[in-house]
Amino acid sequence: MTIEDKTASDVRDVIIVGSGPAGYTAAVYTARADLKPLLLAGSVTAGGELMNTTDVENYPGFPEGIMGPDLMENFEKQAARFGTEIQFEDVTALELEGPIKTVTIATGETFKAKAVILSTGSAYRELGLPNEKRLSGHGASWCATCDGFFFKDQDIAVIGGGDSAMEEALFLTKFAKSVTVVHRRDTLKASKIMADRALANEKIRFIWNTTVDDVLGTEKVTGLRLKNLLDGTESELDVTGVFVAIGNDPRTELVKNVLALTPEGTIAVEGRSSKTSLPGVFAAGDVVDPTYRQAITASGSGCVAAIDVEHYLTDLPA
Amino acid sequence: MSNAKDVTDASFSTDVLSADKPVIVDFWAEWCGPCRKLGPILDEISVEYSEKVDVVKVNVDDNPAIAAEYGITSIPAVYLFQGGEVKSTVIGAKPKQFFEKEFSDVLS
Repeated sequence: MTIEDKTASDVRDVIIVGSGPAGYTAAVYTARADLKPLLLAGSVTAGGELMNTTDVENYPGFPEGIMGPDLMENFEKQAARFGTEIQFEDVTALELEGPIKTVTIATGETFKAKAVILSTGSAYRELGLPNEKRLSGHGASWCATCDGFFFKDQDIAVIGGGDSAMEEALFLTKFAKSVTVVHRRDTLKASKIMADRALANEKIRFIWNTTVDDVLGTEKVTGLRLKNLLDGTESELDVTGVFVAIGNDPRTELVKNVLALTPEGTIAVEGRSSKTSLPGVFAAGDVVDPTYRQAITASGSGCVAAIDVEHYLTDLPA
Repeated sequence: MSNAKDVTDASFSTDVLSADKPVIVDFWAEWCGPCRKLGPILDEISVEYSEKVDVVKVNVDDNPAIAAEYGITSIPAVYLFQGGEVKSTVIGAKPKQFFEKEFSDVLS
């Protein structure tokens, strides 16, 4: 057997990196197209952002709502049912140029494929304050469902004004004595139903037009230093916990030097397709989407990527 | 497979603080999604490095005193103890290689 023979037999049709709604939907479609996808799901990030949520009320097909982790388990089962090979490994390197792509995982093992779908999602944005990092795990948190329990009958703050911030604030009212939402604008970006629920909740109050200048506390969080953006005045808010929900940044570390990105930092794709700046490399989900960032839009774009891969493979010279 | 045993508020002193070997303590709870992801990774470490460290698990729901003593407000929280003292901490679910690097003093 020559080297080329061995290489050819080891080259898969498609590898999918990431296992949120986009990755699993791409897996369902490519598996049903008999492309025998390999899905590298990540070790601790498998399932993506919905793994840290509770009720998902806006994913169509579940009239009573569904828990985020249950929804992702369903996705996984559906992808597996049609023959997706799922490995819970972290990708550490990608070689995307040329007709054969190489994907390296944390163990050092490599996989080769003619096409790659990147659905690496996004990561929680931090405030970027030194004391936020220092007090992480001691009052500063990014996961209300994980950490709400530790703040029973305490006064806590949620930073942000989007759907995620409202969901966290509402969830935290189950535990906390009070929840103060600190938002840099004077209106909420959240959907009306979430905003109305939060505004109507007796335990939640709002501080508008305000940013967090510092997280206070030596051993643990004791408060926040706030700055009013309209008049520049500073104030302190006594809280024992702060939950940061100010948005997400696309996970592009592995590809930012080889693929074109948008000004927003997402992977640039051609029109409504999933085609990136390199042939055979497709991207879907939050990593391409600075605007909508919903489970259903991620799913939809995962489907687009799968169909783009099918067309790409069909058009390859034999 | 796992060598990780459950430690309680009552047994923490014996199993962790007075242990001969360094001890990796996983503070976790049933309702914490990332904790469920991390469990199997620490199970692997408990088997692979059984000569070098003990790995134990503290369910914070059942054992709130120890979590409170160490001021834990985020889980999963993984603490490395040596000679009764905290040597290193990792907050949040991280891949196996992350722990191997972070705890390399005792694992390598």
